[in-house]
Amino acid sequence: MTATLPRPLQLLVDFGTWLLTVAITLLGLAALTFFIGRVLPIDPVLAIVGEKATPEVYQRVFLELGLDKPIWQQFAEYVGKILRGDFGISYSTSRPVITDLLAFFPATLELATIGLIIGVVLGIPMGVASAYWHEKWPDHLFRIVGLIGYSVPIFWLSLVGLFVFYYKLGWVAGPGQVDVFFTGIVTRWTGSILIDASTQGQWDVFWNAVSHMILPATLIGYYSLAYISRMTRSVMLDQLSREYVLTARLKGASEFTVVMRHALGNAAIPLVTVIALSYGGLLEGSVLVETIFSWPGIGNYIYSSLFAADMNAVLGGTLLVGVVFVLLNMLSDVLYSILDPRSRRRTS
Amino acid sequence: MSDTTLPAPRNALRAAQLKELRGFAKRFARNPLGMVGLFIVLLLLFCAAFAPWIATHDPYLPTLTARLSAPSAEYWFGADELGRDIYSRLVYGSRLTLLIVGLVIVSSAPIGLLIGVVSGTVGGWVDAVFMRITDVFLAVPKLLLALAFVAALGPGIVNAALAITLTAWPPYARLARAEALIVRNSDYVAAIRLAGGSEFRIIVFHVIPMCLSSVIVRMTFDMAGIILTAAGLGFIGLGAQPPLPEWGAMISTGRKFIFDQWWVATIPGAAIFIVSLGFNLLGDALRDLLDPHLRQRN
Repeated sequence: MTATLPRPLQLLVDFGTWLLTVAITLLGLAALTFFIGRVLPIDPVLAIVGEKATPEVYQRVFLELGLDKPIWQQFAEYVGKILRGDFGISYSTSRPVITDLLAFFPATLELATIGLIIGVVLGIPMGVASAYWHEKWPDHLFRIVGLIGYSVPIFWLSLVGLFVFYYKLGWVAGPGQVDVFFTGIVTRWTGSILIDASTQGQWDVFWNAVSHMILPATLIGYYSLAYISRMTRSVMLDQLSREYVLTARLKGASEFTVVMRHALGNAAIPLVTVIALSYGGLLEGSVLVETIFSWPGIGNYIYSSLFAADMNAVLGGTLLVGVVFVLLNMLSDVLYSILDPRSRRRTS
Repeated sequence: MSDTTLPAPRNALRAAQLKELRGFAKRFARNPLGMVGLFIVLLLLFCAAFAPWIATHDPYLPTLTARLSAPSAEYWFGADELGRDIYSRLVYGSRLTLLIVGLVIVSSAPIGLLIGVVSGTVGGWVDAVFMRITDVFLAVPKLLLALAFVAALGPGIVNAALAITLTAWPPYARLARAEALIVRNSDYVAAIRLAGGSEFRIIVFHVIPMCLSSVIVRMTFDMAGIILTAAGLGFIGLGAQPPLPEWGAMISTGRKFIFDQWWVATIPGAAIFIVSLGFNLLGDALRDLLDPHLRQRN
């Protein structure tokens, strides 16, 4: 490792490289959705207008899509449109896709965020306990709980949860974000129902929304808990076997300090990446959960667009979740290099 | 060529390999969870192989008088909305599950392995280009990509498998590249190079075999994920189409009856869960035994 550049300049170069990586990845993502939307269907025009369209309509859509131009030019125009926020018109709602996406995204974000909080708050202690009592009963118990979360089809678990907790026990409210009775009471200025209701003092709406949200959020939380606790366990196992842990013990530090301060403190760096990645996974995992809970989010939007053969909406939704996914990935890289001094300069 | 005609060193090699295998089986048998996983996977294979003999009814034949009947001696897991026996449909569905998993593994693992090994062994701009492409595929949401892909191609089992393949190969490429990078600079590869072995020979006979154990571990874990994704696609209606007894699609049709006839939707889901748990348990056990990185640490 030879530092040939002064530090600020090196940082600038690193940042430039990072920005280039993000740009290339996003361009790749756009290329994928372009490929799926334009190249894969045998006739993209027919996919939009249907088989009974008149030649005039067909011709108009053909020109609108720019199919008379070379493919690279089509792609350049596609990227240009995306950059301007133009994802095309949704054929099922006949609104611009971007408007729809922005309307539906907050609900998904809210659900995923609460799910992530549940996953982190429960998953990290579980992982720590697993590592501390390695190969003892808490480890076996938590590993099995995690393994089940890994293996269970989340849409099925949602159905079972709905059947048990809503239909049989009546502990939670059913599908939807709030009861029909409560819809339209609060002004949706942030898009998050909990924030909107509480800031406007509509506490009955708030509690109704909580009772609707608790089941899907817990299920999504369980999904992320499985991943987070597993990763926490392996990171903590690695940390606890290091010599500094022995040193701390020899110096008379309490077990709690050793585990929570020293080991978990060092484990925190890789865990940030894990959490960021699982947040991306949650946004995606919510697609299936949302369809079951009739949650007014992106997942449900994509699902219903699929059946309307509304490819603009499907691809727009995929692109949006993809962009958030990529940005989360890249952000976790940045956080990693900020938190971990060793990774600031690559050795390769 | 039979064993007796083999030259002595090769016989010794074979004996050593057998001994290694036996030791491996013994170590594997000591892991109870791994055995449970193995049992589940074998049960799945058994069901798929002998479906006509295990099933009690025709999986496609509707019996309208038995519509949505509850689990009983006649219909072990109840009957669905057309009066078809859910148990028999599950048994036949195991074939579809294995078909999708098989298609995806057979296509994605070699693609990923090849890209990764070539990338790691050749290096230079080939490596840079391949890894950038791999990163793009790794960075996009898998289920959504598969979903959009099938939506464009049209629903069906083969298209679903294709779509999952599209998202499943990158981890193999990463894995194989990492292994290849280590192997590339090892002395024995240098020796082969000095002896005049071509790049092709090095890649096929000396680098790929070294990557196999990590790839196999990864494959076992992946099977669980593939089963879940395939079931998800089936549930959305983009995978196997009715009347095929695909488990995800069965949940999707049973969903309408979840409150009154819970068994129609829940039992196929339980099957998906058990099978994917089986692959995960098996993967865990195999990783503990095969993963060279873990083995060194212990």
